[in-house]
Amino acid sequence: MKNPCQQAKAPILAVEGLAVDYRLRGSSLPTIRDVSFEIQAGEAVALVGESGSGKTTTAMAIAGLLPPNAAVSGGEVRYRGDRLPIDDDAAMRPHRWSEISVVFQGAMNALNPVHRIIKQIAEPCQLQLGMSRDEAIARARELLELVGISAERGRAYPHELSGGMRQRVMIAMALACSPSIVIGDEPTTALDVITQAQILKLLTALRSQLNLALILITHDLSVVAECCDRVMIMYAGRLVEDGSVADIFANPKHPYTKLLIESIPNPEHGKRMVRPIPGDPPTLQHRPSGCAFRSRCPSAMPVCATEVPNLKRWEQGRVACYLHPPMKHEEKALANA
Amino acid sequence: MPDAPDILRLENLQVHFPGRGGVLDHILGRPSAAVRAVDGVDLAVRRGEIVAIVGESGSGKSTLGRVITKLIQPTGGRLLFDGDDVTSMKGFSALRPYRHRVQMIFQDAYQALNPRHTVFDIVAEPLRSLRLVTDHTQLTQRVRQSHAAAGLNPPEEFFARFPHELSGGQRQRVVIAGALAVAPDLIVADEPVSMLDVSIRAQILQVLMDLRQQRNMALLFITHDLPVAWLIADRIAVMYLGRVVETGTADDITFRPRHPYTVALRNATPHVRGHSDREKLPALKGEIPSAARIPNGCRFHPRCPLAFARCREDAPPTIEVGPEHTTACWLMK
Ligand SMILES: Nc1ncnc2c1ncn2[C@@H]1O[C@H](COP(=O)(O)OP(=O)(O)O)[C@@H](O)[C@H]1O
Ligand SMILES: Nc1ncnc2c1ncn2[C@@H]1O[C@H](COP(=O)(O)OP(=O)(O)O)[C@@H](O)[C@H]1O
Ligand SMILES: [Mg+2]
Ligand SMILES: [Mg+2]
Repeated sequence: MKNPCQQAKAPILAVEGLAVDYRLRGSSLPTIRDVSFEIQAGEAVALVGESGSGKTTTAMAIAGLLPPNAAVSGGEVRYRGDRLPIDDDAAMRPHRWSEISVVFQGAMNALNPVHRIIKQIAEPCQLQLGMSRDEAIARARELLELVGISAERGRAYPHELSGGMRQRVMIAMALACSPSIVIGDEPTTALDVITQAQILKLLTALRSQLNLALILITHDLSVVAECCDRVMIMYAGRLVEDGSVADIFANPKHPYTKLLIESIPNPEHGKRMVRPIPGDPPTLQHRPSGCAFRSRCPSAMPVCATEVPNLKRWEQGRVACYLHPPMKHEEKALANA
Repeated sequence: MPDAPDILRLENLQVHFPGRGGVLDHILGRPSAAVRAVDGVDLAVRRGEIVAIVGESGSGKSTLGRVITKLIQPTGGRLLFDGDDVTSMKGFSALRPYRHRVQMIFQDAYQALNPRHTVFDIVAEPLRSLRLVTDHTQLTQRVRQSHAAAGLNPPEEFFARFPHELSGGQRQRVVIAGALAVAPDLIVADEPVSMLDVSIRAQILQVLMDLRQQRNMALLFITHDLPVAWLIADRIAVMYLGRVVETGTADDITFRPRHPYTVALRNATPHVRGHSDREKLPALKGEIPSAARIPNGCRFHPRCPLAFARCREDAPPTIEVGPEHTTACWLMK
């Protein structure tokens, strides 16, 4: 298990102060703010948050694939120490797919229905790696076997494959140019538990086989327990907590993380109760001042309305909450004033 | 609860769709195999009871929900509601009283809501079309009550809104409010929380559990998520490839599953707080076969880590393995 604080190795990916805005009907809406994290080669990190919290936006920004109405308004992304041109589509091309690759959210339902899957996997190999048609087909067969589909099945059309098989095809496509980092955006959200377990197992196996760094995006915290080293929790466009999987589950610090864990039904807990998090997450148009979670937070204090709490580092990870580190008496009085 | 009368009873219920077959079958004039989506289901739901149906996709859960709500017709077996045989009942006017008592909630709240209708009209729609209330004051009263019961508070604040002005959780509550408005005896909910965030999911489950308390309404809750089923249900029925392979109390199915498929489902479920010392069977291999090609013998045998000779030959009968606990597996014989 890697310690996020240990700076001995240079990270393969470093995201620093990343900020993205969407333009919507003339106004510019801050969507993600101050997103900073590092990932080591071969590490598996989960990015967890409710829908609308900015997970996909973060992934797209890193891969330089933001839609035209989005703008990177701050921060940078470094791959092996070099700054990536994330706001320049053409300049990003040599990096995308061969260094950083994305399995897009919902893309398994967007495969071209009229082409055999082998062709759809071979095409990016031809375009990106300049392979001949035969070489690309050979590579595609290899990739299919890698994700657990027999090469013969490559003749199938997308509709002839189950959801799990189509997701394997998407993973094969993401691996075509041998990237070192794969971002999986909700790769199991549309699948049932059996298929989900199979896909997570596949990603874990590929990770150690190819020494892949993995960013697994999900809204379901329970998914990450068995296949990630570290979890980052996102709320309303900001990281609010970051720590090892074991630590996040055993000892969550941020009130949002605590409530997220409590809202997962857990038979092993023995009691048939869930504690729903009251209210809804804030929309882009109505982001409150200070901590965005305070309207739903059981421990909100007056200070939470004043300023966004910093994502502070502590021995085991990072957390953005005025409760951490615990305040001394005098400070508490001040916060409640 | 165990002594409450059955509100719903399924006896050897079947839904077979005509098979389309491949081009070759067509040319050679071969009959194409029917899709046996629901293939002999026996199940009872008592008044005021919450029963969960769990199983992976392709096991026939949605088809079962649609045949119970009479969106499609059964092709065999019997469907009894409150003691009456409704198997062959069809046509809008004949079904009107049934629709009044049985409502369905679908997975995708976004698609279920007409984007051009206000929330008030959406919730009032079943009341109007089933002609349950005609008087406007009464209608408003019923719509307001349904809003409140579904957790849309204060109700008036939502009346004039359109679906796109709601969050995902609020949309699912509007769907629930619509189903509640007619005060049904049974709601069939097909994966009503699968698309929702975990935090919102808990709110919706709470709303559904409260409804049972307040209205003694029965609920057939379809999900592929065993912990969710455990949380909400009194009993769980596990479905595989068109059949119920195990039924039992929520605790029995979760903590003392007997059928290897139920064990596999449980093992595939991610668990949050470390591993417990439960027995581990090898993970399920491969995928659920097509309902047009159901294996002979026990339909689970090709994927079952414990299958033996008999499983390949004969389908196991459903036997009782405890109070309210049944399973169809040769290992239990
Ligand atoms: N192309 C876009 N134009 C305008 N707003 C967008 C666009 N894409 C996403 N958003 C908004 O940005 C916020 C974050 O979205 P997203 O990154 O998709 O979140 P997540 O992946 O966590 O669900 C949401 O409020 C969403 O509505
Ligand atoms: N209208 C239909 N025509 C033909 N086959 C169908 C139809 N609806 C469902 N099926 C098939 O029936 C089986 C069960 O499907 P479904 O009831 O949707 O399962 P689940 O909800 O458990 O995923 C699947 O093999 C599916 O392809
Ligand atoms: Mg997303
Ligand atoms: Mg279904």
